[in-house]
Amino acid sequence: MDLKTPLYDIHVEEGGKIVPFAGYLLPVQYKTGVIKEHMAVREACGLFDVSHMGEVTFKGETALASLNHMLTNDFTNMNIGRVRYSVMCNENGGCVDDLIVYKFAEDYYFVVVNAANRHKDFAFMKEHVLPGTEIEDISDTLAQLALQGPKAYDIISKLLPDECIPKKNYTAIEKVVINGMDCMISFTGYTGEAGYEIYTAAENGEKLWRTLREAGEEFGLIPCGLGARDTLRLEAAMPLYGHEMDDVISPLETGLNFAVKMNKEDFVGKEALVNRGEPKITRVGLEVVDRGILREHQDIYVNDQKIGHTTSGTHCPYIKKAVAMALIDKEYSALDTIVEVDVRGKRIKAKVIPLPFYSRKK
Amino acid sequence: MLNYPTELKYTKTHEWVKEEDGIFTIGLSDYAQDALGDIVFVNLPEVDDEVTAGETFSDVESVKAVSDVYSPVTGKVVEINEELLDNPAAINEDCYNAWLIKVADVTDTEELLDAEAYEQVCKEEE
Repeated sequence: MDLKTPLYDIHVEEGGKIVPFAGYLLPVQYKTGVIKEHMAVREACGLFDVSHMGEVTFKGETALASLNHMLTNDFTNMNIGRVRYSVMCNENGGCVDDLIVYKFAEDYYFVVVNAANRHKDFAFMKEHVLPGTEIEDISDTLAQLALQGPKAYDIISKLLPDECIPKKNYTAIEKVVINGMDCMISFTGYTGEAGYEIYTAAENGEKLWRTLREAGEEFGLIPCGLGARDTLRLEAAMPLYGHEMDDVISPLETGLNFAVKMNKEDFVGKEALVNRGEPKITRVGLEVVDRGILREHQDIYVNDQKIGHTTSGTHCPYIKKAVAMALIDKEYSALDTIVEVDVRGKRIKAKVIPLPFYSRKK
Repeated sequence: MLNYPTELKYTKTHEWVKEEDGIFTIGLSDYAQDALGDIVFVNLPEVDDEVTAGETFSDVESVKAVSDVYSPVTGKVVEINEELLDNPAAINEDCYNAWLIKVADVTDTEELLDAEAYEQVCKEEE
């Protein structure tokens, strides 16, 4: 049975087209449609319900050691109020999930995981956690909203004093009060745009949504669904679990080297990553040369040789191009290489182009 | 509210058909364009291609998904709406004017529904 997030009634009220996703009933789009929602985030601001995301707390004297043991990134020199991206590898060097870690005290970390992997992740964490760390899955107690776009600061500064707004990418403030509600806020997101992710108790979800909607009205804020979330992250070339990575694909193959600290003494999957050696495949960007649209899981050829497959693809509204991310043989990954993609039995030409497809002007 | 003009006929696979002097004009219904969302690409056959009742002759891609379009009739394509190649969003804006193809020499047709019966089909799918 599909679950509802604390904001389900709001989505219906806002005219959301509800679909099942990762075990939750969520809006794929509102009345405005994916393209307008996508453009709002690039040019003004969008509001997303991301309450389906999973949250796990790590508490105790060995919390840091537990994270360093089970995740690929290194959290040793992390300051309080910082956020760090990581992969969690299995013993074979494949990805259990990708996630972000918030540090709120020397003995208190807050980890956000993909909704679809929540139960698998928690089981994996329980198996690998060190004595002296208490872990708890608190996903059901929280609502999470993402306020994303160039106007996000203008909107949030109507609701919070300046010292309560995180200013730098990947920073967080654990305790702020928005319209009487206790919230945690971070400068993070999954759109390639500046913005905030705000966590609050599940029962505050509806009120927080209405508060942000009202504050954002003068700045062109509109609600955005899963469709725009996917086109935005693809345009920004952010990997998505189940597409650019999975239980078999290694984080090095998908180009997440920055989050895999091979010089760290040890972590789950390190030995397998060493043994797998230098990756033979890599993640590239593709752009359709003539006409057509690429989708996920389409085979890629050079002459008659299969060299890989697409992992995500669509028509991206802001750059107005049909693009895809793909995992292909490194030999063919040079920019401007022409490949052919099998689109439902028809070969269409595509060109290797740089990632990301879009990056925000700073 | 989705709209199903009574002067048109419809298929269960969400195409509309209008017959005038032996020429069958075919497009996508309001239900289809609404379900697809923002349409960004349309693949059309060429003039003089044969289409077969119940078989796909085109595909339409939205940001979200790709969908096949089925021909309600068997016959020969006499005209395609080339404007859609540059402006596929016209289907979202006005699906009953943004036709896809016109077919002549029709020898066979699928079961066609009137607006009322078709609206019932759409309701059942929701």
